[in-house]
Amino acid sequence: MKILVCISHVPDTTSKINFTENDTKFDTNGVQFVINPYDEFSLTRAMWFKEKQGANVTVVNVGNASTEPTLRKALAIGADDAIRVNMDATDGLSVAKQLAEVVKNGGYDLVLAGRESIDYNGGMVPGMLAALVDFNFVNGCVGMEIDGTSVTATREIDGGNETLSTALPLVIGGQKGIVEEKDLRIPNMRGIMMARKKPLNVVEPVATESATSIESFEKPAPKGAVKLVDADNVDELISLLHNEAKVI
Amino acid sequence: MSVLVFADSAEGKFKKSAFEVVSYGKKVAEQLGSNLVALTINANNNEELYTYGAEKVIAVSNDSLATFNAKVYASVIKQVAEAQGSSVVILDSSIDTLYAAPILAVGLDAGYASNVVALPSATSPFTVKRKAFSNKGFSNTVISTEKKVIGVAKNSYGVFESPVDGSTETFEATIADSGVTSIKVERVTGKVTIADADIVVSAGRGLKGPENWGMVEELADVLGAATACSKPVSDLGWRPHGEHVGQTGKPVASNLYIAIGISGAIQHLAGINASKVKVVINTDPEAPFFKAADYGIVGDAFEVVPKLIEKLKAFKQA
Repeated sequence: MKILVCISHVPDTTSKINFTENDTKFDTNGVQFVINPYDEFSLTRAMWFKEKQGANVTVVNVGNASTEPTLRKALAIGADDAIRVNMDATDGLSVAKQLAEVVKNGGYDLVLAGRESIDYNGGMVPGMLAALVDFNFVNGCVGMEIDGTSVTATREIDGGNETLSTALPLVIGGQKGIVEEKDLRIPNMRGIMMARKKPLNVVEPVATESATSIESFEKPAPKGAVKLVDADNVDELISLLHNEAKVI
Repeated sequence: MSVLVFADSAEGKFKKSAFEVVSYGKKVAEQLGSNLVALTINANNNEELYTYGAEKVIAVSNDSLATFNAKVYASVIKQVAEAQGSSVVILDSSIDTLYAAPILAVGLDAGYASNVVALPSATSPFTVKRKAFSNKGFSNTVISTEKKVIGVAKNSYGVFESPVDGSTETFEATIADSGVTSIKVERVTGKVTIADADIVVSAGRGLKGPENWGMVEELADVLGAATACSKPVSDLGWRPHGEHVGQTGKPVASNLYIAIGISGAIQHLAGINASKVKVVINTDPEAPFFKAADYGIVGDAFEVVPKLIEKLKAFKQA
């Protein structure tokens, strides 16, 4: 089985979000970049398939050279090789089109991605990719098993779960549950040393046009200070929620 | 040219988000000088959408659409969009729609903007404001394609009445091959789900153990709220994973979020920032949640929550 894991290179959750160039660019100054947490769940599941059922795992990112440390980290976790599509990622559709090209050229059976990235939160790349390459698709995946080419997958729905049956080739939008957080892997020294020797292939992008572009960024309006209510006076809280906030 | 809104329903009944996207679609149609068409799938009371401005409802009824299937639903929406000559298709942000929308966008060769929080600030170029960076920022995004797909973030626009004399037409959709088949649906019944809830009552490690959740559930009952929890609580197995709210758990965009005994780690706040009004109850006045909250009580949950339940019961009866 050939597995492709899509890796988004995103600011760490705790990063301060700032913008530069007249609020048109994300300010990367002092920002630590990591593997997108949702992708990390999917990557770990790919490792599980590799170890338990036998699979070759390739990781891919659409981005400029600055994303390579993130791909190396994925290699240190255990992926066999990496591909970087040498393009500044602009919007979901153009990224999905680049990934579709990689999928078509690589003959992958299973493509694992995260449900969304924590930077632009678009949640569009896995579904667009599945549509572009005409693979089956399960989003918000919280569990999956593969038997030959048949797949049983579980996805989260409002207020519960749905179990689905489908088949390879398949694209998955994964999230916590596809593996548990305690099972996520931290690269060890051996993995880091080995990752240096693993192939990281840079490929040039195919011509695409973006469907969307970001004109500017904004930050939420600053929030007023919390109104503290005395613990002995919950009536006041009820009154504030009813009369001022109008939420009860 | 028209604006098409997909009005989502469950078991024949419109979701609140359906009224929100129709309200939103009405304004977009006005901005574009175009008419509004609403698409419904197996919904019972299509005329309810006239109240929110849908002059024309296209009703699709088909037993094979009884269970949601992303590829099939995307194909039905595409067929109606093409039949109606729709240049803009508007959807809500339910788990199902987030699954189908990217497939629809590729099918229509349309640019897709998800997490939209406001009406277009301009229609030429078509510009919408979207949530980004886990609610720590917004991006003003231009959709440059001829056809556009918009996903409206939950509870971000509101429901507005704008009654019209509407009419309903039926539409026979061709059902696509799905490739993915539903085997089993397991849903917690009789409880308000986090996705639908206007109010969410959430608790953290400050509650000391799963045996103390009775008061959290009672408070949620009084308010008609859903219950939720912080990550450590679901990791410890005190509460099911489906209740975990935060960066890697469920996002919450409720009108009111009450956090009891949750300190407010940045990952938790990322999941709840989209909620309108936040209340925190915590013994530690230095808890970071107090910086993010609108109202707060510094106090012991075991004393404050029972009092709050009692007073709310009296308030509800009054």
